[in-house]
Amino acid sequence: MLPFNDNGALSGLLCGLAFGWVLERAGFGSPAKLTAQFRLTDWSVFKVMFTAIVVAAFGLWALQALGWLAADAVYVPTALLGAAAAGGALVGAGFAVGGYCPGTSVVGLCSGRLDAAVFLLGLLLGTVVFAGLYGPAVEALMSAGEVSAGDTFRDAWGLPDGAMLALLAAALVAVYWLGGRFERRGAGPVDARRAVAGATPDAGG
Amino acid sequence: MTSPSSAASGRPGTGRPLRPFWPPLAAGVALGLVLLATFVLTGHGLGATGASTRLTAWLGMAVAPQATAANAYLGPMVEGGRPLAGWISWQVLGVAAGALLSAWQAGRWRVQLDGARSVGSGRRVLTALAGGLMAGFGARVAAGCTSGLGLSGAATLGIAAFVFLGAFFAVGLVASRLVRGV
Repeated sequence: MLPFNDNGALSGLLCGLAFGWVLERAGFGSPAKLTAQFRLTDWSVFKVMFTAIVVAAFGLWALQALGWLAADAVYVPTALLGAAAAGGALVGAGFAVGGYCPGTSVVGLCSGRLDAAVFLLGLLLGTVVFAGLYGPAVEALMSAGEVSAGDTFRDAWGLPDGAMLALLAAALVAVYWLGGRFERRGAGPVDARRAVAGATPDAGG
Repeated sequence: MTSPSSAASGRPGTGRPLRPFWPPLAAGVALGLVLLATFVLTGHGLGATGASTRLTAWLGMAVAPQATAANAYLGPMVEGGRPLAGWISWQVLGVAAGALLSAWQAGRWRVQLDGARSVGSGRRVLTALAGGLMAGFGARVAAGCTSGLGLSGAATLGIAAFVFLGAFFAVGLVASRLVRGV
């Protein structure tokens, strides 16, 4: 019965190696390409993330339906919706201003970008500031809006996984359709040549 | 548009020919399969800030051991004495190695302060630092980042992941109109 629950060093290195390779291949080491998503001129971030979510979610669902993967055996984040919204807002602002999210800043640094090293330094400082402020008040704020009935749409509100997957698949098609329209209207996706040359004032890439 | 000669010739840093990025559909399918394989192998998804938080605790022990051990958030992490020991630290090392190999192999390795040409070096250092600070703080509030909570949590159909992603994209759209960071 899956999962293997292998949390050793080799497992971590291999998963990370593949993760880092794919992120760089997608162009996600480039802050010009990443931030172009928020300027709506390059929809690669939405397209890649949505595709990956649908593929992985469908795979997990299929493995459970086949009885190969134990139900409730994979980690699901706790439904602390206040913390998720506040944290998501801050990471989104940090992404728009800093040009990376935490994972992609490692990819940026490892493709030679010094600004990614500065972003990583900021990441550590942000963690220090959070630790300094952490206490009962912060804990109370973070537990605001908890859904106590369950962590998934199925457990909390009875929405079947199949319906959720169908919604995600429809959203995926919409992202490709809408993204294609925006990309044809503007400067188009940031290609490797523009990404390697670095961001420029006109289109950010 | 101006380009440095190294990039314009298609032969940046490493001297290897510049290769195009993967199309988003191919990259997305590949990322989804890597994420699925990670779930099957380990029982959880991919992440990033788990490692930077552990690194902060480790650095805290090196610089200010008493304050770190007494801290309500970092203290429990350093109790065992080895805050960096964990799967997520190895995974982020793997990310670094994978990105390095990929960038080098595709001729995309180039040392630069990306964004210096668009907003200026001084401003770029400031925006990178401020962005990292907000992301680092936010990831601790949400107990996860774009990878760990957004991507991995959404694959398990977790509600928190979709709330995170919705807020992430909404605020990112607005913030990128107010501040030019790159």
